[in-house]
Amino acid sequence: MKNLIISSLFCIFIISSCTKDTNSTPEYNVNQQGKLSVEFDNIVGSNNLQLNTATYTNSSNQTFNVTKLKYFVSNFKFTNSVGAVYTQPQDSSYFLIDESKPNSSNLVFNLPEGQYNLVSFLVGVDSLRNTLDVSKRTGVLDVTGLASDMYWSWNSGYIFFNLEGTSSAITANNGLFQYHIGGFGGYNTVTPNNLKTIQLNLTARGAPIVKKSNINTPNIHLFVDVNKIFSAVNTISFNTTSIVHSSMLGIPLATNLAQIFTHDHTEN
Amino acid sequence: MTFKKRMFFMVFIVGILACHKDHVSENLELEIPPHFPDIQYNLKDNAITNDKFNLGKKLFYDPILSADNTISCGSCHIQTSAFTHHGHSLSHGIYDRIGKRNSPPIMNLAWNNSFMWDGGIFNLDLLSISPITNHAEMDETLPHILQKLKSYPNYPSLFKNAFGQDSITGTLFLKALAQFMLMCTSTHSKYDSFILKKTELSPLELQGYQVFKNHCNVCHREPLFTNHEYLNNGLSISSFNDLGRGLITSNVNDNYTFKVPSLRNLSYTAPYMHDGRYLNLEAVFDHYSYGVQPTPNLAPILKNRIPLDSNDRKSLIAFLNTLNDKSFLFDTKLSAP
Ligand code: HEC
Ligand code: HEC
Repeated sequence: MKNLIISSLFCIFIISSCTKDTNSTPEYNVNQQGKLSVEFDNIVGSNNLQLNTATYTNSSNQTFNVTKLKYFVSNFKFTNSVGAVYTQPQDSSYFLIDESKPNSSNLVFNLPEGQYNLVSFLVGVDSLRNTLDVSKRTGVLDVTGLASDMYWSWNSGYIFFNLEGTSSAITANNGLFQYHIGGFGGYNTVTPNNLKTIQLNLTARGAPIVKKSNINTPNIHLFVDVNKIFSAVNTISFNTTSIVHSSMLGIPLATNLAQIFTHDHTEN
Repeated sequence: MTFKKRMFFMVFIVGILACHKDHVSENLELEIPPHFPDIQYNLKDNAITNDKFNLGKKLFYDPILSADNTISCGSCHIQTSAFTHHGHSLSHGIYDRIGKRNSPPIMNLAWNNSFMWDGGIFNLDLLSISPITNHAEMDETLPHILQKLKSYPNYPSLFKNAFGQDSITGTLFLKALAQFMLMCTSTHSKYDSFILKKTELSPLELQGYQVFKNHCNVCHREPLFTNHEYLNNGLSISSFNDLGRGLITSNVNDNYTFKVPSLRNLSYTAPYMHDGRYLNLEAVFDHYSYGVQPTPNLAPILKNRIPLDSNDRKSLIAFLNTLNDKSFLFDTKLSAP
């Protein structure tokens, strides 16, 4: 009897909340899903990033080129105009952006209709996934495959952000620099945690309108400015920092990393 | 039988039933002696079968796992030296590059919750990636090894027999290697028979056991002869300035600490310590008696050192010899196929 009351109350609640929704935002049907894409456009200052060939200058006036840029983004959440949050399911919430693979930088989501004002995501791989059984590490998380150069084998854990290149300002190692930023906080002891959550408000530069009937998929176009890795908060110079392969050394870089993502525009 | 051990047997039996459905491969039992604690490895995710174990063994001894096809896991982990690199203080790998550390035995790993001298690896399944990709060890990449294995005459069918699935994947490769390593158990020393009341120790051995309990057991705890902690036993700082556990945690309080190693099979695992600096047990006793250095994070208990006189040493050696397990060294089940 009690159950019956509760479930009927629940039904009434659902019905009433549904009617309310359709009244205030008649153009969206939240029971229907539409597509939304997020594009990670890697740039250096005001230039589009070009691997290997182009030469750039950092904030310490040192020239460099970039031979590799790869990073994980995960745990996407989208908040709509009435404050409801859509969380991308865990099993399909890990992406590896690879500058050498153009297709990897445009991520497509299916989510309920609505206008989305906020997007948030993690740069890196959360601690739970970092400690899962190998059999669950598939696709971009496969440490024996796609993620084999995004993983510290000697200190079990994913590299979140991997920037490599050369600079004439570096005398050792043929001018090579390798910025491997990782560190999920440790498995059985506390270690540095360089996971950064990025939250971007989309309203100023265009909030995407997700509808099932859309002909074009709305696209959130993000800029990812590699040059800010050297300067956003901490000044990183090649004189003092060229090889970073540990979570501790990566802390100042990770602080900068949290600032390199901006919303440029949305194509609706 | 403790509750957990009973659980283990149930899992084991369920494993047999599950396996019989698709492919018939005899299950192998990981032997857990009654005086041992519960294992740390999660067998539920990798039930040991004969075919998987044999595949793991073949991989362990196959130089195909190195960049120039010359070095196998077994090159540095030699069974007759209790799976260490006997006689080499620092392991030699591919192109004869010298690593930074001494290769530890592969022994009773199912009871460990972290691996390597600095504990940087927290899951045995993930371990093999490290030597394979290490520049000074095998200098290979996993994607390339998988590609090599696929084009090799025997491996596709061996993987299929073991796992009942057509593709060779990284997960299966790592799980098979882990199975071989899990089965490398050394549990049949004279000490074990003594604890199980099947043998007596001689008066000298008993005297050594007492010395051991007074001075060593706090760190090298029975019956695995390690407390699984990372400690600094006062070695002088090496020329590499190896920070040990500190490299992993970036915590200055962990600098110069290393895993407390097991003392089983010491007769076959010289040289000793993380960099193999001591060639024999006399040198180790000298260290604890008067060589301990007050380096940062020295274990407080060693501040006053452990003076061992010649009687202590004689009896301690006799006791430590009871931890040798010849059956482990010559177990053909674990030998190169
Ligand atoms: C060139 C020599 C060399 C080769 C080849 C090699 N190892 Fe090792 N192994 C070592 C050294 C040295 C260590 C210690 C490393 C450290 O602690 O930093 C080690 C450590 C280990 C450990 C840790 C044991 C413990 O108690 O923590 C395991 C397990 C292991 N190796 C398995 C393997 C496997 C599996 C392979 C083949 C895929 C392999 N090794 C190949 C030298 C080698
Ligand atoms: C405070 C803890 C502690 C105590 C007490 C202690 N040890 Fe150790 N022992 C260690 C640690 C830590 C290592 C590894 C050190 C390294 O390689 O950096 C070690 C290494 C060893 C090794 C080398 C083993 C190998 O495989 O390389 C031997 C042998 C040894 N100890 C014997 C003894 C004996 C015998 C005693 C008692 C007289 C003793 N230890 C007391 C912590 C301790």
